[in-house]
Amino acid sequence: MAPELLTGWGRTAPTAAEVLRPRSPEEVSELLAAAGGRGVIARGLGRSYGDAAQNAGGAVIDTTGVDAPMEVDPDTGVARLGGGVSLDAVMRHALPRGWFVPVTPGTRQVTVGGAVAADIHGKNHHHDGSFATHVSALTLATPAGVRRLGPDDELFWATAGGMGLTGVVTEAVVRLMPVETAYVWVDTDRTPDLDSTLALMAASDADYRYSVAWIDCLTRGASMGRSVLTRGDHASLDQLPQKARGAALSFSSAARLAAPPWAPAGLLNRLSIRAFNEAWYRKAPRRQRGRIHSIGSFFHPLDGVSGWNRLYGKRGFLQYQLVVPFGAEDALRRAVERLARGDCPSFLGVLKAFGPADPGPLSFPAPGWTLALDLPVGPPTLASLLDELDEVVAGAGGRVYLAKDSRLRPELVEKMYPRLGEWRAVRAAADPAGVLRSDLARRLGLLEDTK
Amino acid sequence: MNDATSSPQSVLVLGATSDIARAITRRLVERRARRIVLAGRDRAGVERVAEEMREAGASDVTTVAFDAADVGSHREVIDKAFAGGDIDLAVVAFGALGDQSRDERTPEAAAALVTTNFTGAVSTGVALAERMREQGHGAIVVLSSVAGERARRSNFIYGSTKAGLDAFYQGLADSLVGSGVRVLVVRPGFVKTRMTEGMKPAPLSTTAEEVAEAVVRGLERGSGTIWVPGPLRAVMVVLRHLPRPVFRRLPI
Ligand SMILES: Cc1cc2nc3c(=O)[nH]c(=O)nc-3n(C[C@H](O)[C@H](O)[C@H](O)COP(=O)(O)OP(=O)(O)OC[C@H]3O[C@@H](n4cnc5c(N)ncnc54)[C@H](O)[C@@H]3O)c2cc1C
Ligand SMILES: NC(=O)c1ccc[n+]([C@@H]2O[C@H](COP(=O)([O-])OP(=O)(O)OC[C@H]3O[C@@H](n4cnc5c(N)ncnc54)[C@H](OP(=O)(O)O)[C@@H]3O)[C@@H](O)[C@H]2O)c1
Repeated sequence: MAPELLTGWGRTAPTAAEVLRPRSPEEVSELLAAAGGRGVIARGLGRSYGDAAQNAGGAVIDTTGVDAPMEVDPDTGVARLGGGVSLDAVMRHALPRGWFVPVTPGTRQVTVGGAVAADIHGKNHHHDGSFATHVSALTLATPAGVRRLGPDDELFWATAGGMGLTGVVTEAVVRLMPVETAYVWVDTDRTPDLDSTLALMAASDADYRYSVAWIDCLTRGASMGRSVLTRGDHASLDQLPQKARGAALSFSSAARLAAPPWAPAGLLNRLSIRAFNEAWYRKAPRRQRGRIHSIGSFFHPLDGVSGWNRLYGKRGFLQYQLVVPFGAEDALRRAVERLARGDCPSFLGVLKAFGPADPGPLSFPAPGWTLALDLPVGPPTLASLLDELDEVVAGAGGRVYLAKDSRLRPELVEKMYPRLGEWRAVRAAADPAGVLRSDLARRLGLLEDTK
Repeated sequence: MNDATSSPQSVLVLGATSDIARAITRRLVERRARRIVLAGRDRAGVERVAEEMREAGASDVTTVAFDAADVGSHREVIDKAFAGGDIDLAVVAFGALGDQSRDERTPEAAAALVTTNFTGAVSTGVALAERMREQGHGAIVVLSSVAGERARRSNFIYGSTKAGLDAFYQGLADSLVGSGVRVLVVRPGFVKTRMTEGMKPAPLSTTAEEVAEAVVRGLERGSGTIWVPGPLRAVMVVLRHLPRPVFRRLPI
């Protein structure tokens, strides 16, 4: 079979691998057993930004064609889901029945396996934690055999955030969240600078299930860090206007381009980005209460523009996402200050306060402030700017998100993920021959102890 | 692995003592490159470069004996270099200028220059492509020259070797599309290095550091061919189209 070129969502660093398309969990196990010298890794919908779901010169298991269950217990909301099933499919199935996914990222186009492997977080992290918190069982195909895992197993938590390097998740049992409608009510607050954004979040995030701030990372001076804070929760039936109540649970995926970043190809330069950010900030209401949004427009505004990642052109782009602990606001400020210099312009960033971490040694979320932004590849200072931010983040006891990473300096991984050694030991037991490999693992030296 | 900004972590240099290659390698070490394999024929010289790269921050520097003219040994040299792990980027830097007035009267000397500059570049290119294709990723940076774009009376033997090298690597690049391996062909003008020592700098002359900077940018941009300095590209378009009698008389 001819190798195929693969990249992540950022379309940087393409590498070639043989893509295997198993039809059943049994075939997944067979493929793991038959893996060649350059190993194998799972790939879902390729929505990680960097090279996590790539394996140059080896094999990649596309999980999306595996025949999989989709069962939702109508009384408890406990769902049995295939690892290659998309959250989009889960929502389409479960929402009309009154259930919603416990954690949703900024796109519905991720698989359940990808959600576990990155232990994804949503706008409700401060309230509900990350994805694996809501998983009660995993079926994991490892090179050492199929394992049924629960939250008491070390391998369960090594898999949550383990970036596919413990095996292939073929099934997950997930507790869904009951909802009365397919709508969300949203409070909006426009804040004039970083300090007031952080202060408002710290003061009242606890009142909301969902909270996120869109932050303008191009404005300097007194308005540095100005943001539009959107917070809310699922709307109850009586919060909907009379006419919408009839089809309250019908899922509309037609996302309206409400706020977020998008611009015509070739125009993604500093001036157009600055103008966009400015217009967008001006357009947002200073203060608004209880506005009703569809689930699509609130959670997945970009899903309405298919293939928007191509707008960044052939060089692609990357996403930088950091978290620093509460108390390290100075580090956050330094990061925003550095970005605001504007030599590497980014569209609106996303700022959010995380709640407590779960037990996954490589799980990204930890109590503190997380900032995520998309940066086009091209500006000559980009590489050194991000290296500089890494130092600030690591120095403050923070880390960057592996599911977004495409360029971290490997020397910093252990500092950012101090439990890497513990994770390696659990992982090695599930994969004694070292069959599971990815470009991310190679680039960051995740598998071997280099010291 | 090469990262999102095309920074490699492991680098193989063929012709390690070259001034241009040293500048490129140093730049890459300042970024992400940690494992460096240096291949060259001058053992002591290669050792000095190894020390330089360690001082610059490379943690794993090894050397391999390599003679560009010994074509039969190339597969083995390349295999040795890859034995320690993936090579993310290979720099094909070796080359000699020759002595035009001698070489155009000495068939053996002319052929020797062709063997080093062209045949050697082809056999190492084939071997590199094979190994990189297997690993599913990689980049090859090759030092061609503007001298290859149109052979000049004053150095047409050297120029023709670079013309051949350039054509070969352009074709190799096409053959590697879809393999995860890319090729960057670098066409410098006059670069002030050991090779051009004592010669009068041509207009638009440049330095090894500038070539290194352009290579890093070219990799980041995903370029297939670059000229250093950049304006040479336009100059060469003009020079290529001059009528022969005019071109022949130009003092270049
Ligand atoms: C527009 C956009 C918005 C996003 N917003 C968020 C967000 O708000 N929060 C957040 O946390 N993330 C977010 N992400 C990132 C995304 O949720 C994660 O990268 C997720 O892992 C992608 O899932 P995927 O199915 O596409 O996996 P892929 O990208 O294909 O793979 C990602 C990783 O998961 C592993 N993997 C995939 N399937 C399996 C499996 N069955 N078993 C084991 N390992 C597997 C792969 O090996 C790889 O390491 C966003 C991404 C985009 C493009
Ligand atoms: N300088 C310029 O103006 C210019 C312009 C355009 C292109 N280039 C090209 O750029 C490349 C590097 O040149 P440079 O300017 O850096 O000059 P340099 O310092 O003289 O480098 C030339 C290198 O080639 C090596 N070499 C020559 N013959 C060899 C052989 N048979 N086997 C192994 N190695 C051999 C030399 O090794 P030793 O140390 O053992 O001699 C030296 O490392 C060359 O290909 C050159 O043609 C140079």
